[in-house]
Amino acid sequence: MSGDLDQKTAYELLGLKQKEYDGICEAMGREPNYTELAVFSLMWSEHCGYKHSRPLLKNLPTEGEGILQGPGENAGIIDIGGGQAIAMKIESHNHPSAIEPFQGAATGIGGIVRDIFAMGARPIANLDPLHFGSLEKARQKFLLEGVVEGIASYGNCMGIPTIAGEIHFEDAYEGNCLINVMCVGIVDQDKILRARAEGPGNLVVLMGSTTGRDGIGGASILASAEFDETAQEKRPTVQVGDPFTEKKLLEACLELRDKGLLVALQDLGAAGLSSSSSEMASKGEVGIDMDISKVPLREQGMEPFEIMISESQERMLAVIKPELEAEVLAICDKWDLDANVIGKVTDTRRLRVFLGEKMVADMPVDALVDEAPTYVVPAVRPAHEVDEPLAEDHYQPPSDLNETLTTLLRSPNICDKSWVYRQYDHMVQTNNALWPGAEAAVLRIKGRKTGVALTTDGNGRRCYLDPRRGARAAVAEAARNLSCAGAKPLAITNCLNFGNPEKGEIYYQFQEAVEGMAEACKAFQTPVTGGNVSFYNESFGQAIYPNPVVGMMGLAEDVTMIGTPGFKDEGDAVLLLGNARPAVDGSEYQSHILGDVAGRIPDVDLEMEKKLQLLVREAILEGLVKSAHDVSDGGLACCLAESAIDGGKGAVIELTSDQRPDLLLFGEAPGLIVVTVEEKYLEHFAQLALDLPTQVIGRVEGERLLIRASGADQIDLPVAQAAKAWGAALETLITG
Amino acid sequence: MAAFSQTEVKPVRFGVVVFPGSNCDADSYDAVRSFTGADARYFWHKDTGLTGLDCVILPGGFSYGDYLRCGAIARFSPIMAAVKNFADEGGLVIGICNGFQILLEAGMLPGAMHQNEGLKFVCKLVNLRVENNETPFTTGYERGQVIKIPIAHREGNYFIDEAGLAEIEANGQVIVRYCDESGETTAEANPNGSLGNIAGVCNKERNVFGLMPHPERVCDEIVGGTGGRGVFESIISGVAAEAAGASIAAEAAGEMKDILGNIGNERPR
Repeated sequence: MSGDLDQKTAYELLGLKQKEYDGICEAMGREPNYTELAVFSLMWSEHCGYKHSRPLLKNLPTEGEGILQGPGENAGIIDIGGGQAIAMKIESHNHPSAIEPFQGAATGIGGIVRDIFAMGARPIANLDPLHFGSLEKARQKFLLEGVVEGIASYGNCMGIPTIAGEIHFEDAYEGNCLINVMCVGIVDQDKILRARAEGPGNLVVLMGSTTGRDGIGGASILASAEFDETAQEKRPTVQVGDPFTEKKLLEACLELRDKGLLVALQDLGAAGLSSSSSEMASKGEVGIDMDISKVPLREQGMEPFEIMISESQERMLAVIKPELEAEVLAICDKWDLDANVIGKVTDTRRLRVFLGEKMVADMPVDALVDEAPTYVVPAVRPAHEVDEPLAEDHYQPPSDLNETLTTLLRSPNICDKSWVYRQYDHMVQTNNALWPGAEAAVLRIKGRKTGVALTTDGNGRRCYLDPRRGARAAVAEAARNLSCAGAKPLAITNCLNFGNPEKGEIYYQFQEAVEGMAEACKAFQTPVTGGNVSFYNESFGQAIYPNPVVGMMGLAEDVTMIGTPGFKDEGDAVLLLGNARPAVDGSEYQSHILGDVAGRIPDVDLEMEKKLQLLVREAILEGLVKSAHDVSDGGLACCLAESAIDGGKGAVIELTSDQRPDLLLFGEAPGLIVVTVEEKYLEHFAQLALDLPTQVIGRVEGERLLIRASGADQIDLPVAQAAKAWGAALETLITG
Repeated sequence: MAAFSQTEVKPVRFGVVVFPGSNCDADSYDAVRSFTGADARYFWHKDTGLTGLDCVILPGGFSYGDYLRCGAIARFSPIMAAVKNFADEGGLVIGICNGFQILLEAGMLPGAMHQNEGLKFVCKLVNLRVENNETPFTTGYERGQVIKIPIAHREGNYFIDEAGLAEIEANGQVIVRYCDESGETTAEANPNGSLGNIAGVCNKERNVFGLMPHPERVCDEIVGGTGGRGVFESIISGVAAEAAGASIAAEAAGEMKDILGNIGNERPR
């Protein structure tokens, strides 16, 4: 038995510190045996135990009107009226995907989808924000292709449309890509399930795949450590996905839900049986006894600790009443799924593990789930952060802005992403009122007038320059995207991707970002309903850009009245809403054209932003606005070009500003929206806008995009040419 | 939402087969039930009989995971024997995407599927030219009409040997081809490398139809178009016309009785 191992070495190998080991001994009242130590090492890993994040996450707003379930369950739940609710959650699968892109991404989907149906919800959409290094590197192409295929293979087979997300390429992600996955489900409020084990004597049933040696230590040694030269040796910690089994598991769980046969349901993710059983027991303030000789195994000779911490995919743990056992097992059998009673609920508040008659582990549930130590690290502001933005004459202006615009449209961060989303089934379930490529995804709810709008936003580069402002801007942009689609923002889920939190600079970035996010979420009244923290995103000591990714959902009152980005009709007036002054700092223009990342990004004016977004939503609902598109990557010029490309229509624009044309056209600042309004409704729109800053900057006209500023033609580009540059760029980069 | 009224007209009855990995079963069911005069019920893959039906739909998805060749295992499922019998007796069978792959594997339609030429899953709206509108599935379209219907598959590269191709072309069994907006069957308009831009074929008897595009996904303007409605309208109006003829004849003979089975709507899951 492994219990013979010298434990001083053992706990280090399992990723624990001496002080943590001492803490375990104290909680146990004795030295743990190897099985117990292995379980603790996972439960007290950064990934499961939130050791560096818990104290700060408390600052996030988590409650509000319509929030039926905040953080602490498998997913958050938001009331959408009509007796229905939305379940949503975002998670990271960064490290597995960096090691093995296809399976890493595929099992990321598998995990987040299980979180949603664990709540009793039927998954209706996946969204995938992805961040890679530069596509000029062969390995980054390999990663992109593998990740996209992995997401496609799993999501497509499950029949869940992948409807939105984002893709960014920055050198900072070269050694550590970010693969975040979000799943959204719909559930009748009277059928919501939770992971609270209740009722001593009730049975614990393990459903789904057999348990193997895959994913041993996934949450600890893989997810909770930086990458170095041993990265490839960690490949066995990555799991292998089987979407067909998960599809059957989904349908079986929803059938069990419909028939009211479940007391509680929980998926097996990070730390496998250890976390699922102890967390269920913790929520219900009970204990669980499990006989792991009843767990169907994939291979012979597995040690108890391996069975307890295996991260084999496609498994769920259910608590059921003993008298319903036959009925539950019959439904699993109908779906050709393995299902075995492996334990029962007790009143001991201990997780006790048996191998047949022999007890192999006996641990206090509270210690496992709630007593992982927390760390507060002295925050150190990174040296690259500055207080002042760059002077507006810091860079020489380019000589030909037409060429600059074309180059930006070709930039992998701005160009058309259809090469990616065409590999995803984005239409299955036939709810797609807005297709990928629009401002946000909008799904109809069958039988109702209402639609659900979804988006994800992260802006690591800007957070690198100022994590607080960057996080505020990420929330504001997500809300702006939903508003441009005509939907009112309701709630967020977050995926906080950062480097090694043991370093003062990283801890500072995390602290600032969380506080910034909290400020913006309070302003927009979009509470955080859960999410995930991913630390140790570093490779050879080099951290990624701090990247708090926001997944936001909202409601469109009338799914037939939603906003789209494309210009519609000749003669429509083009309006710029908002008065923020574009800046070069942190912009795509600075990074892609000028080859720099420096300065300080402008802050979002949250109060102004809220008013502008309300105006846009009202105008869309009243049918006044024909197109709406927010100014983001690439500034006003790219925003106008994208609307022109999407609508296949040109525009003539005249800008009056004291700002240098390149900064005015390509600089970025949160809080700007471009809309088009039919000439005859301009007055009506002005009445709605009251004293908000809006200005007519031109009209939809012809087949070219013409932009005048500072009294001279700055841009004159045929829309077809812009479309070609924008449309072909990604595929050329990948296959070329 | 089955919109059949209190009148004497009986609905046209669709059966949607559910394999454990089907994922367009509910979409097909919902699409059918959006038509006046149509109803649908589900059949489980372990069922051995198909009764009281006018048309069977084999929906899209990944029948048994399709880790092997798509549809290779589904052809051996209990329900497929029943589908074969149903077709042999003249019943209408339509296989969409994975359903088409299964019909090919089962030998109920000629040809086979390769992986897409680009070796990637492709999901997008495509243009299709209706080659033959004299089948129970296409009477609602004009011959040569260009319709927009989405595809979503990784294995839709249709192949058939030279003799087989000559035969299905001669018999008018090629029902839809991938084309551009103007109806030209160009190489650029071919999304997966299918031989002759073939997107859908029927059997010689014209009662079994398979196609890779998903008509059930475009039956409502709110989700991107109505190009697929014609397929269901064709089936419904054809069956209804036949039933009307039959019932007039039956009434005339004074033998009107309930020849239509009970329609249940309980899902097998």
